[in-house]
Amino acid sequence: MIGEIITTLFSKFPLVGAIGAVAIIMAFSYWFANLIGQKRMGSAIAIVISLALAFIAGKTTGGSKGISDVTYFSGFALLGGSMLRDYAIVSTAFGVKLENLKKAGLPGVVSLLIGVSFSFFVGVIIAVALGYNNAIDAATIGAGTVTFIVGPVTGTALGASSEVVALSIAAGVVKSVVTMIITPIIAKAIKLDNPTTAMVYGGLIGTTSGVAGGLAATDSKLVPYGAMTATFYTGLGSLLCPSIGYMIVKMFL
Amino acid sequence: MEIYGLGIVAFCMYIGSFVGYFIGKLLGVSGNVGGVGFAMLLLVLLSNYYETKKGGWSERTQNGILLLSALYIPIVVAMAGIQNVVAAFSGGAVAFLAGGIATIGSMLLVPLIGKLGKDKTIE
Repeated sequence: MIGEIITTLFSKFPLVGAIGAVAIIMAFSYWFANLIGQKRMGSAIAIVISLALAFIAGKTTGGSKGISDVTYFSGFALLGGSMLRDYAIVSTAFGVKLENLKKAGLPGVVSLLIGVSFSFFVGVIIAVALGYNNAIDAATIGAGTVTFIVGPVTGTALGASSEVVALSIAAGVVKSVVTMIITPIIAKAIKLDNPTTAMVYGGLIGTTSGVAGGLAATDSKLVPYGAMTATFYTGLGSLLCPSIGYMIVKMFL
Repeated sequence: MEIYGLGIVAFCMYIGSFVGYFIGKLLGVSGNVGGVGFAMLLLVLLSNYYETKKGGWSERTQNGILLLSALYIPIVVAMAGIQNVVAAFSGGAVAFLAGGIATIGSMLLVPLIGKLGKDKTIE
């Protein structure tokens, strides 16, 4: 009977349950960060724990949406979904100084164009090197390397097989996960400590979830700058990859 | 009032996303092209305008916006929890190499392109 009531609680108030669960994950992460004397690593540790939980949940449930596939934690899909994520990202723009944006305008635009083409062609070259010699397959995998949304958009437009589309999504997810984990480690070396480089970083990496997670774990003051450019990346990729990108790939294959 | 702050952000998100979807339709790509970016730009312009003209929003209105920004990191933690991490690890060599090399390569380009901004300020 008690177990039944508890199940009811989790299925009736999924969002509240997810907020409580995230609070526990963060409390543990900050406690652990303090323990190892790295106070600023708290959010990075919380993100890594969440990713690890998503891995365990994915293995046990066989689903594709991490912890939210576990009935008790379905609220994670709402709390971590794109609606609340974007709502919160927009709010971080409050306090941004106009002059900082102007300063980063040109490098922001340049980084977007270079970022999309760099990721696309790295993906294409690796796909060809590993035997995906057909232009449609290579372009789809390259597009997935841009972000895991651009991959399926391009694959659908070009008529790629579902196996290749799945691979392209996987490439994008790898990018997003690697970004979340590596950013706080590499931040100092790439001078990621001011609004201009944060905007360039957002434009070069572009995966909104990766950039958001990586910058939050590095220095939350930089989030609005990186997020602002990153939000144009997927759109630009969806535009360029199936059109100009595919045409260039086709010239060589 | 706090709800005004939440409302201002909601307003910016709707206007920005409207522009984003509109551009998406014009370009023939499905989805929201830079909508969040436009929304952020609008919030920056609105808040900077109020700051200079009327001395900024009241403290309680600001608290509404700050509440949302404070929820940002917990939301990102929840977002990390719903990623398809299993697919990322089992996607095979292509997915892993392409995603990994592109990410690390892009990161190494950050200081190079960041210099563009610095040169401009020196001028």
